[in-house]
Amino acid sequence: MKYAFLGYALPGALDGLTLVERAAWEADLAAFHAELGQRACVVHGAPLAESDTATTVRMDNGQASVVDGPFNGAGDLQAVLVIDVPDLDVALDLAKRSPAARIGSVEVRPLRPM
Amino acid sequence: MSEALEIIHRREWAIVVAALARAFGDLDLAEDSAAEAFASAVERWPRDGVPPNPGAWLMTVARNKALDRVRRESTRAARQRVAHETLQERSEVQMTAGPVADDRLRLLFTCCHPALAPDAQIALTLRLIGGLSTAEVARAFWTPEAAMVQRIGRAKRKISTAGIPYRVPSSAELPERLAGVLRVVYLIFREGYTPTTGARLVRAETCDEAIRLARLVVELLPEEPDAMGLLALLLLQNSRRDARVDDAGNMVLLDDQDRGRWDRAAIQEGSALARAALARGRSSYALQAAIAACHSEAPINWPAVAALYGELARLDPSPAVLLNRAVAVAEVDGPAAALAIVDSLLSTEAGAAMARASHQPHVARADFLRRLGRSDDAAAAYRLAAAMAPTDPERRFLSERARHLGPAY
Repeated sequence: MKYAFLGYALPGALDGLTLVERAAWEADLAAFHAELGQRACVVHGAPLAESDTATTVRMDNGQASVVDGPFNGAGDLQAVLVIDVPDLDVALDLAKRSPAARIGSVEVRPLRPM
Repeated sequence: MSEALEIIHRREWAIVVAALARAFGDLDLAEDSAAEAFASAVERWPRDGVPPNPGAWLMTVARNKALDRVRRESTRAARQRVAHETLQERSEVQMTAGPVADDRLRLLFTCCHPALAPDAQIALTLRLIGGLSTAEVARAFWTPEAAMVQRIGRAKRKISTAGIPYRVPSSAELPERLAGVLRVVYLIFREGYTPTTGARLVRAETCDEAIRLARLVVELLPEEPDAMGLLALLLLQNSRRDARVDDAGNMVLLDDQDRGRWDRAAIQEGSALARAALARGRSSYALQAAIAACHSEAPINWPAVAALYGELARLDPSPAVLLNRAVAVAEVDGPAAALAIVDSLLSTEAGAAMARASHQPHVARADFLRRLGRSDDAAAAYRLAAAMAPTDPERRFLSERARHLGPAY
């Protein structure tokens, strides 16, 4: 079976930690990644950039419109797709043309540079 | 800043920022280095004299500041290091002789990218293209400076993190993207044009800045009728700015304005531009500008105004446009035809929403009913309009009209 983990952080959760707590959390994260590595079970993993760098494509009166910010309406998360294109204009063009946008919204979120 | 330096700042700021943004691919670096170069000019020019080519001087100093910073901060992204290496081999002449117009256009389209919130587009455009300081941008929009710093910072971060490209849109995308740029310029103007007592000076500067931006768009895209139309519209609206507000800060209606306080030169330039824009294409801004030009003439050519509103209503059938069209039709075909237009507008969903939110359709209906001799209906419409009027003078005026027409129930 394949599963997708979708991590949701509470707003400012990491910023609220002390330096020591933050270091401990990051050490735990590294250890967890090491365990996943040993199990060789990760198909694909991708840390996302902050939600305020997101752009959302949605339908307004049958026309695809582009809005600054993450998806914040009603909807059921249906798919995760990671694409590699030259810039945001190309990504938004694909998102606008995707059938997924016709039945809801597509949030276009940059991946955090590794 | 001295006046000479201010003129140079106005002319050269966007050129320097845009060239650095292209060379280094980093808006923060471009903005900071340009600001440092202008700070050096403020310090050195009064002592050493203004250099023979101030633009080239500023460009060289700004480029060197940027290179210094890239050298100092080894953590900068790899593509900047590439830019750095290629730049070291370029001479100053090559740097300044680039396609300057293209650089500023790229920067303008980046600032007005639809993936940025409208507020952010406006703030970035004023800061990076207009060269206003963050404090000035904050003042123009009644926003605390700290909030404006955050807004601009967040927008720049989004541009780099989300990969918003630094380029002029293709011809297929251009109409939509240009409309976005023009909307930003128009919103800046509107912010300045709303009269607010005690803040008129700042507001006038905001109007002037919007007109400078509109001029820049026309200079960069001289064949676009929409850009020309917007510049014409702003010039014509702005020509009445001083006559629009009385000494007490109240708004003065067009008919009651002191025409001696209108800016004749701006009207002439705006009217000529409106004609030129209309000859190139019947765009919405061009039509609005032509209507504004008609309103600057005495007597007003109402058949022309009604025809222009008719054309505008086909492009933009918004309740505000349809209502204005009815007002013009009343002058041409009489109040019965105008009333029919307003009543059919109010039977639509958008029209009904307007009637709930604004007193204006009720003022228009009341006026048409009064002219048709339907006194009781007119009085009722005036009372409704008065109840919804946003300012005391308007409320008094409308109640007075109602009283003259018939008894209150």
